[in-house]
Amino acid sequence: MNVLLDSLVELIRRTSAEIPEDVQRAIMTSLENEKKGTIAESALKIIERNIELAKRKSQPICQDTGSILFYVDCPVGFDQITFTETCREAVKLATKKGYLRQNSVDSITGENDGTNLGPGSPTIHFHQHRSDKLEVRLMLKGGGCENVGAQYSLPAEKLKANRDLDGCRKVILDAVLQAQGKGCGPGILGVCIGGDRAVGYEFSKLQFLRFLDDRNADPRLDALEQDILKTANELGIGPMGFGGKTTLLGVKIGVANRLPASFFVSVSYMCWAFRRQGVELDSGLAIARWLY
Amino acid sequence: MKVLQAPFTEEMMRSLRVGDEVAINGIVFTGRDAVHKYLHEGGALPPGVNLRDGIIYHCGPVVMQEPDGGWKVTAAGPTTSIREEPYQGQIIRDFGVRGVIGKGGMGERTLDACGKYGCVYLHAIGGAAQVLAECVKRVRNVYMKEEFGSPEAIWELEVENFPAVVTMDSHGGSLHRDVLRTSQEALASRV
Repeated sequence: MNVLLDSLVELIRRTSAEIPEDVQRAIMTSLENEKKGTIAESALKIIERNIELAKRKSQPICQDTGSILFYVDCPVGFDQITFTETCREAVKLATKKGYLRQNSVDSITGENDGTNLGPGSPTIHFHQHRSDKLEVRLMLKGGGCENVGAQYSLPAEKLKANRDLDGCRKVILDAVLQAQGKGCGPGILGVCIGGDRAVGYEFSKLQFLRFLDDRNADPRLDALEQDILKTANELGIGPMGFGGKTTLLGVKIGVANRLPASFFVSVSYMCWAFRRQGVELDSGLAIARWLY
Repeated sequence: MKVLQAPFTEEMMRSLRVGDEVAINGIVFTGRDAVHKYLHEGGALPPGVNLRDGIIYHCGPVVMQEPDGGWKVTAAGPTTSIREEPYQGQIIRDFGVRGVIGKGGMGERTLDACGKYGCVYLHAIGGAAQVLAECVKRVRNVYMKEEFGSPEAIWELEVENFPAVVTMDSHGGSLHRDVLRTSQEALASRV
């Protein structure tokens, strides 16, 4: 019996089949706000039913079970190699059980060996901390929403976006406009201002680990988050791009330092089927607590 | 709610307008990136697959094999359609497709083919994999699974009450084009 394996398979199952409470609340609010009798309202009603069905049947909320991204906060001295091996085993098993689609393809040959294992799959980010707590978070991010992510290099002349917060605002809203309904809205934005190209996207995804209803501790970023959320919801793109009141459910913005020569704004788009969960594991590696 | 019952005729499809909510009954064939590229490059449809007066569904389902060898679809929402824009118009023309189910909408070339050949774009709810899997009553067959892998294979699905919204019709109407234009205008006054 491998307790860690069981814990990780259960984390994958629950992440794939159950929408976190904070996200579900936001979706329900958007359903109440949408005009009755519209196709936007119909879309959200189907989404509501889908959330309930997936949980009850313990099956994937969305058939695109996404990129498999683990974020692990671990104590000093934690055996990352064994964890990684067990994690890969858990992904393989969860795929066999149908919690994950056979979703990982050789980029050159197109071959899909059905295991979800390969270079970059799963991706595991380790972070050591001076605590004996072990926390494992998982995000399953589908391809439709990943495809509408965007990275801007400022100044962006066409958008009249300079190297300041107003310029950031312009490019972030442009990303929302370009995405339309293609990322399965209503969506959630994770944004990073700064960093190099790789760090920018990495930090933008880390924003999705925040609770949807939290507020940014930095008042400048908090104001920008609230402004973008409000403005995006005035654009009338709506659920699925059908038109309507809810285009975004949330906006989360972080910063990284940049080089004097670079000013990147990286925008990751998360679909309404926002699959992220986390567990705290006890000393025997069993699940002690769910984090979302 | 309009019921679309197979066979899907040209007359039926031409009667639809943007904004119509429909429930689909009959056979649909899944086909996504690999299938579209293959057909575009002159590949032949495998025997048993007939798209004439048929519906193609942009979908890579999760399918489990039953102990008796049969298949069960356990998750089956639409994938983003715009990736098939380079191919879709030609496939509608060459294979006589009457309906394309997907999500996110498609571009002018597909819209043009919908008008010329009598086809519509049926927008399913992205991410609603369980609601839509419940509408799949039976997997009749699977084609090209070895070549393309399970998500990219052609699955022949019998669906019942499959919900979708007409967002591109055969009269030049496109909800996607309209929403893009109004949202562009709305944004222009806010930046």
